[in-house]
Amino acid sequence: MTIATLIGQDPGWLILVKGLLVFIISVLMVLVAIWGERRIVARMQMRLGPNRVGPFGLVQGLADGVKLALKEDLIPAAADKIVFIIAPIISATTCFMSFAVIPITGPVTLFGHKTAMQMTDLPVGVLYVLAIASVGVYGIVLAGWSSGSTYPLLGGLRSSAQVISYEVAMGLSLVAVFIYAGSMSTSEIVAAQQQWWYSVVLFPSFIIYAISMVGETNRAPFDLAEAEGELVGGFHTEYSSLKFALFFLAEYVNIVAVSALATTLFLGGYHALPGLTFTENWLGGWFALVWFMVKVIGFFFIFVWLRGTLPRLRYDQFMKFGWKVLIPASLFWIMVVATMRVLSLRGASRISVLIFASVVVLIVLAVNVAFDSSRKRVRPVSSVEIPAPNFPVPQIPAPRVEVPRV
Amino acid sequence: MSEIHEYSVEPSLERVNSELGIDAVPTAPVTEEGTKSFTAQLLGFWVTFRTMFKKVNTVEYPEVKEPTAPRFHGRHQLNRHPDGLEKCIGCELCAWACPADAIYVEGESNTEENRMSPGERYGKVYQINYLRCIFCGLCIEACPTRALTMTNDYELADDSRSKLIFEKADLLAPLRAGMLMPPHPMYPDMDDTNYYKGDVLGFHPSQEVKP
Repeated sequence: MTIATLIGQDPGWLILVKGLLVFIISVLMVLVAIWGERRIVARMQMRLGPNRVGPFGLVQGLADGVKLALKEDLIPAAADKIVFIIAPIISATTCFMSFAVIPITGPVTLFGHKTAMQMTDLPVGVLYVLAIASVGVYGIVLAGWSSGSTYPLLGGLRSSAQVISYEVAMGLSLVAVFIYAGSMSTSEIVAAQQQWWYSVVLFPSFIIYAISMVGETNRAPFDLAEAEGELVGGFHTEYSSLKFALFFLAEYVNIVAVSALATTLFLGGYHALPGLTFTENWLGGWFALVWFMVKVIGFFFIFVWLRGTLPRLRYDQFMKFGWKVLIPASLFWIMVVATMRVLSLRGASRISVLIFASVVVLIVLAVNVAFDSSRKRVRPVSSVEIPAPNFPVPQIPAPRVEVPRV
Repeated sequence: MSEIHEYSVEPSLERVNSELGIDAVPTAPVTEEGTKSFTAQLLGFWVTFRTMFKKVNTVEYPEVKEPTAPRFHGRHQLNRHPDGLEKCIGCELCAWACPADAIYVEGESNTEENRMSPGERYGKVYQINYLRCIFCGLCIEACPTRALTMTNDYELADDSRSKLIFEKADLLAPLRAGMLMPPHPMYPDMDDTNYYKGDVLGFHPSQEVKP
């Protein structure tokens, strides 16, 4: 019995319970994520991070939330009031919706019912996640536009351009997964990875997805939409109190959501590490939840690591990277994957598939080498003759000479 | 025009550098290396990862208090002579030196019945407004008797303006061993010059007699 038919037999109350559980899990993950990010980034900068509220500062996220809720809620006079209020609501609601199709465990028993920890299993589950992510961008764009202020507008504009660009690359990177799994349903993609994870089989896709998911969630080094050095706070400059808290929540839920999707599509979802598959049956199947969480937290750590390491990209570099590197690379990769898939489905021998793959690799290497050697190093000419001006100029100071150390 | 574009004769760089103390810093020629290779750039990730396991620099302040630098400019203190008389003579030089106008002084004449300091005058009212003070130390430089110095005490936060105007009683140094609480007469056969010279090392029994 597939997961889809298993979930299809759920009574209505069980779906509600699962929805509540998924919501609670994601909110708890967010609270821990906010704390974890601040602690980890602090460690990377040789600081301690929040350690005052609760044991090890674990309740810091909650304390911040309470503080934000008690602050004055300002709506600027120039703002479009209705859109200004709707924007954070769009952000905060859509970010939770993608969890509906994420398979968190395999078959388990919940309140005496045999089911799986997945709210629903759409045949186009991954497309649904992409669609929800696109709707979520409206929150940011509308927030920037409705603030009636320059910097938020620029932030919103950047964000819309950013998400459109990186969603193309993201969607293309997923195509390879669809080709290999033969399905767009999340549970079937997980089931197809029982033996080999797609992060190994489709490594380039995995890398492209990992990069574009950082761009998609507006996180460093792609956090141009809220670049505090350039745009004050970006789209949320004019927001305060609970509305700001909603944006804050949405950002972290989004991170957890894309991490969960990446886990599902590339890291085998709730499956255990190779060689530890027997652990999946512990606790009546609930131990798979641990594996899922470990993988999501691993992704989250990478998000934090990127933020702690890389400086923010310039806007044109960012766009160039998206359009001129990621999209062509993923298009090329899809072509290769599709050819290999067709070859193996038509019954071509494994050797011929391997030969094809190695020929492709050789072509890529050759193009790369040719490109590198054709690129001449242009050095600026330093000895430009400056014509003597016909007016008095101050004396040029003596050039600095390095004194050899004794 | 040609004489304008002539380079000046180079000064002897060794001499100039040693005079400026620049030689203390090792120099290395700067070369533009261009973009690093991809793997070299990835080393940055190792840097942040390694740093996670280093000892943190944070001082957990209210629990742990690190000593300040020895000459840290903290709260002021009005010092005493070894026999307990105040050093402040109420001259107001500190108040005049203060760029932030944080000090208020009122002087008063010493009398035989009410002697607070050796010499003619003493500071009757002495206030420092720590909402204005910028801890520049010009008042300390201005003080002719070393009456005013700065301590290393930096915990000066409070919740009202009036609490941050420190009175003379808040600023006076505590009485140490060998000191008597003024007012009391000066050390017998000593004048204020002896006090400044440091000839008085403690109180004399005759000073204990209350006038």
